[in-house]
Amino acid sequence: MLPRFWRKIKYRYDIVGSVCETCNTKYYPPRNFCPICRRRSSIKEEMFEGKGKVLSYTVVHDTPEEYKLEKPYIIALIELDNGPVITSQVVCSENEIRTGMRVKKAFRKYFEDGEDGIIYYGTKFVPDED
Amino acid sequence: MERVAIIGVGQSEFGELWDSGFREIVLKAGIDAIEDAGLEGKEIEAIYIGNMSGGRYLAQEHIAALIADYSGLAELGVPATRVEAADASGGLALRQAYLSVASGVHDIVIAAGAEKVTDVGSEMTTDIMASSADREWEGFVGATIPALYALMARKHFEMYGTTPEDLARVSVKNHKNGALNPKAQFKREITVEDVLNSPKVAEPLRLLDCAPLSDGAAAVILANEKIAREYTDNLVFIKSCTQASDYLALHSRRDITTMEAVRKAASLAYKMAEVSSQNIDVVEIHDSFTIAEIMAYEDLGFVEKGKGAELIREGITELDGSLPVNPSGGLKACGHAIGATGIRQAVEITSQLRGEAGKRQVDCETGLSLNIGGTGATAVVTIYGVV
Ligand SMILES: [Zn+2]
Repeated sequence: MLPRFWRKIKYRYDIVGSVCETCNTKYYPPRNFCPICRRRSSIKEEMFEGKGKVLSYTVVHDTPEEYKLEKPYIIALIELDNGPVITSQVVCSENEIRTGMRVKKAFRKYFEDGEDGIIYYGTKFVPDED
Repeated sequence: MERVAIIGVGQSEFGELWDSGFREIVLKAGIDAIEDAGLEGKEIEAIYIGNMSGGRYLAQEHIAALIADYSGLAELGVPATRVEAADASGGLALRQAYLSVASGVHDIVIAAGAEKVTDVGSEMTTDIMASSADREWEGFVGATIPALYALMARKHFEMYGTTPEDLARVSVKNHKNGALNPKAQFKREITVEDVLNSPKVAEPLRLLDCAPLSDGAAAVILANEKIAREYTDNLVFIKSCTQASDYLALHSRRDITTMEAVRKAASLAYKMAEVSSQNIDVVEIHDSFTIAEIMAYEDLGFVEKGKGAELIREGITELDGSLPVNPSGGLKACGHAIGATGIRQAVEITSQLRGEAGKRQVDCETGLSLNIGGTGATAVVTIYGVV
């Protein structure tokens, strides 16, 4: 897991994805190739602002081993403003989460690797409503 | 293209087969299929095997060679090929076998699927299944396979008014059918209340919305029509067998309430078989989660998008309804032996079309099976007929 994780850290700590300048489609995670334009792709890196709304969500009770201590946690598909859809955790209460809810990015711990004691960080989302 | 018939079927029991190893389970299904076809064995020209993760479940790769060896076919040098598409591996094996006969390259081949999951613990199993979605961008953040299906279910609820009770009815129906299938993992009926009171897995999905992960194997023998007629008069033809892909991760798809791969594979399958969705009499659907069966009703064209729940509410997909779905009990009650499932579905549809399905027999001449990999990035649709 570790080398795979470190290679992608830039894209996880901030929401850095891609835009295809040929068709203006935005991608997260980043792609080297636009599935719509294929050979005519013109890919550039783009940082997304990190605000958006919840498209769908689930409260996860049956968790993988590394997330045992977090349970239950919320997984959501978030549609970023002027951007792509991202899969992420939302940090709020089970009663608060709903579709359409405005959220913004936050830098948070994901999990700790028990064997090596390495802590994995990344982007999560928190409510962004006044 | 040559016409391709199924001349033999075999299946192990599905479930927690503590006493049996991988080799015994596969051999049981294979021998049953060979005997059912009335072959000696040496007529088989090629082996195709669907297996998702021998490497992680058993620390054994080179699964196809292992099977060629233990089935005695390595002695004859018969080529053996393993294919993988998560839990659509069996469907892929069926399609590769079908193509090899349809193309005229081979006359008689065997397509099998097998998985032995209970040699590792349940946490390891969850982790292995998570590898059927995008490990780095879904799995990393804790999006398990049930969680991803839960995201689809929530959206389907909000867009189309599908309810937890509708999902529960799918599970209840499949358990009712499973109770009539001697090979099923769960042969007991359950109620809507049982489903709605079962532990939460990933809301809105509960334990009884989720198919178990099982040990099991299944096999079918395919033959060129001319050869097939030398072995049996009770022929079941594969009229078409198609496969399509979609984006691996849900977040890359335009609409998470639709499985585009299912729509594309189905539309091509109907065209190649020269039938419409309205001609189908019996169906096996990949109900790894109850919501998947409701979405498949729509994506296979049995009902328009958003109206899937009506089929289960009105009893249309019950055993005695006009379009019986999952007479075997489906993945939920018959069991989900991952790489074996796509072949197990072919075994059920063949038994139904031959009129050999016992207490769960339905009136049918044309059948369809849908095998899905992961959250829908691979779909295989097969249409079967007696003529
Ligand atoms: Zn483009």
